[in-house]
Amino acid sequence: MKLPLRFLLPAVAFAALVGFFIVGLQKDPGEIRSPLIGKPAPAFSLESLGDPAWRVGSADFAGRPWLLNVWATWCGGCREEHQTLLAIARENRLPMMGLNWRDDRNLALRWLEQLGNPYVAVAYDPEGRTAIDWGVYGAPETFLIGADGRVLQKQIGPITPEIWQRDFVPHLQAAGGEG
Amino acid sequence: MIPEIGHFALILALLLAISQAFFGLAGAARRHAGWMAAGRSAVVGQFVFTALAFGALTYAFVQKDFSVLYVATNSNSELPLFYRVAATWGGHEGSLLLWALSLAGWSVAVTALSASLDAPFRARVIGILGLISIGFLLFMLTTSNPFDRLVPAAADGNDLNPLLQDFALAVHPPILYLGYVGFAVAFAFACATLLEGRLDAAWAKWTRPWTLAAWMFLTVGIALGSWWAYYELGWGGWWFWDPVENASFMPWLAGTALIHSLAVTEKRGLFKSWTLLLAVTAFSLSLLGTFLVRSGVLISVHAFATDPARGIFILGFLTAVIGGALVLYAWRAPGLKSAAGFEITSRESFLLFNNALLVAALGLILLGTLYPLFMDALELGKISVGPPYFELVFLVPMLPLLALLGVGMHAAWKRGLLQSKRRRLMAVAGASLALAVVVGAAAYGALRPLTTIGLALALWVMGASLLELVQRLRGRQGLPGAVLGMVIAHFGLGLATLGVTGVQSFKIEKDVALGVGDAATIAGYEFRLAAMRDVRGPNYIGVEADVLVSRDGRAVTTLKPQKRLYNSGGNPMTEAGIEVGAARDLFAALGDDLGQGRWSLRLQYKPLIRYIWLGALLIALGGGIAALDRRYRRRAEASEPAMVATADASG
Repeated sequence: MKLPLRFLLPAVAFAALVGFFIVGLQKDPGEIRSPLIGKPAPAFSLESLGDPAWRVGSADFAGRPWLLNVWATWCGGCREEHQTLLAIARENRLPMMGLNWRDDRNLALRWLEQLGNPYVAVAYDPEGRTAIDWGVYGAPETFLIGADGRVLQKQIGPITPEIWQRDFVPHLQAAGGEG
Repeated sequence: MIPEIGHFALILALLLAISQAFFGLAGAARRHAGWMAAGRSAVVGQFVFTALAFGALTYAFVQKDFSVLYVATNSNSELPLFYRVAATWGGHEGSLLLWALSLAGWSVAVTALSASLDAPFRARVIGILGLISIGFLLFMLTTSNPFDRLVPAAADGNDLNPLLQDFALAVHPPILYLGYVGFAVAFAFACATLLEGRLDAAWAKWTRPWTLAAWMFLTVGIALGSWWAYYELGWGGWWFWDPVENASFMPWLAGTALIHSLAVTEKRGLFKSWTLLLAVTAFSLSLLGTFLVRSGVLISVHAFATDPARGIFILGFLTAVIGGALVLYAWRAPGLKSAAGFEITSRESFLLFNNALLVAALGLILLGTLYPLFMDALELGKISVGPPYFELVFLVPMLPLLALLGVGMHAAWKRGLLQSKRRRLMAVAGASLALAVVVGAAAYGALRPLTTIGLALALWVMGASLLELVQRLRGRQGLPGAVLGMVIAHFGLGLATLGVTGVQSFKIEKDVALGVGDAATIAGYEFRLAAMRDVRGPNYIGVEADVLVSRDGRAVTTLKPQKRLYNSGGNPMTEAGIEVGAARDLFAALGDDLGQGRWSLRLQYKPLIRYIWLGALLIALGGGIAALDRRYRRRAEASEPAMVATADASG
């Protein structure tokens, strides 16, 4: 009897899936892989969250250190870290840009209105293209970019005052980014 | 001593599972009556020893035996008795033991209730269930033994994850697992059918009640999980499209498709190979869910046990079970021919649409769940797929599904839709649409397209279900359990749709900062933070707020949201204060202490949210009633392959 190929399809699809799982298992999900660190930050230019006519991008803060925080209203960790972000913004050491990721514009604006806005500018990335360039694999993530445009530090998951002091502030002092 | 007895019982259960598989499959192949009987006895023995192991572990928890590593990791001396018992399945090792126990339980039930099947078929089913048991017991004994000792013993335990110290979550895993594992029965029936190359569709009739029962448990399990997330996680959401939630939802979608396609295969002998593939798929997705949750391949808030070594074992097991079944399918399914015609408006075509749409939704959710993994494996960076994707890809197939469901329920087998029914259905459809517009506009002052569609579909599905019920009660056909179950489940689906539409369209959420005495207003309700006090529980300390809710000056209720710090450490837990109502929930969750006596509070107004879970319970109830249909209990008839051809009017 000749074997009709369509009946073999489920088995073939499953074999491919197993292949992906084997590769996936080799990777440690807890390991922070940040190939971007030390490399120039990917350039982007996106619509502003508040005003579609206005564009914000990586060139806005060229020549000085700045923070990029990836967030979304559907992300629980973002709510958790929001107070810390506000506190960092109040320190007024460096500008913070928000990257609103795969979100709804109205919900995001309401969020900022209700919880307070730590950002100097917010780029709106509903399709997540820029987030892919930056290697974002989950919100929230926070990047520190140096005055030379290179990524100095990356935080995956909610940022806390301790993490800020331990991982980010030393970079600022080393780079002389005060004020 | 007791833990060693448990460990020993587990080893005996493994040996019995091996003999169950061997005597079942080899006995059927050699048609050796003695061997087949031995396989059946092994099932009972396997169940007894797995239950003994489970009892030993529970006993260790109740006795606070912190010399057992698993007990010390998952409980402590302050934990109340109820949660100490629930802690048995609060971690990885114990959940596996619960899985194995559940599988052994289903196996005993199948063995006890399948005396009417022909002996070799029955033995093969038992043998295949034995193979699955071997996998799980071996997994436990080699990588995740719950009875490992801790030397020296700990003075006190670590505590159960505080998120799990909750009634709904304590009972959620056993029910969910009964569902997951129950699909193993349909899987075993399908594999036995393929092994024998059976050409008839009698297996569809034997499989149906088992699949319905498993599906019922899975429905309740998912609903409990959703309810828990709503009041415990503190965000007020009821579904997050988290990988672990998807892991339970995907087998449910496959199971839903399966119970519908089984109906066609049983009644009309059609879709035979498709139904077999669905039976394999439903259980494969259950195993995949276990793999995703336990291996750490995908990260999730729910995945409380991750370990790559275990992942490798589960993957190997998964490959053997699913791969084996799919190869068997590729080999045997081409021999299954089903040739019969049916009209475009017959029930067969509606069930075909049902299957196509459910499988489309399933495929897109699977893609979204695994997409981050694909991207990572291909070195394209780690990414995450958010709820916006899932909501879109779920909604697109669901809307036509609900629209077609109302008609499909009334369509006859083989023939088209009756003229008289057509008129009545048009009336129901018109009334639903009109009511949706009126309710949407009047009650909420808005006429948004998606809201109107959602309301209309919800009313349509409920109306069409009631119409079927009324016609059945009036007519001479009677009301068999299968039909009653179908009507209740479909009505429940309509009710759940109503709840989802209501809450997604009209919910109001507001995060506010309040000092004691301050108030905020949402949806006409004034929430006043009246007092804050310290509270102390058996194993936590915390703060509790009195939030007085009033409307137009009249007091409605007092919400008492809490924020707890468990003595064992970790993040603070929120306990939302919720006032339950038929029309709406009022929800307050306590956020952070902002200093100077001010607190952040999350206030929510959730219209109709209760109907989501009420609907889900009705769906489960319908499944249960259908599973108990008298037809499945008429044993003598069950083994007659001829009944495939009988055109049964009972649905």
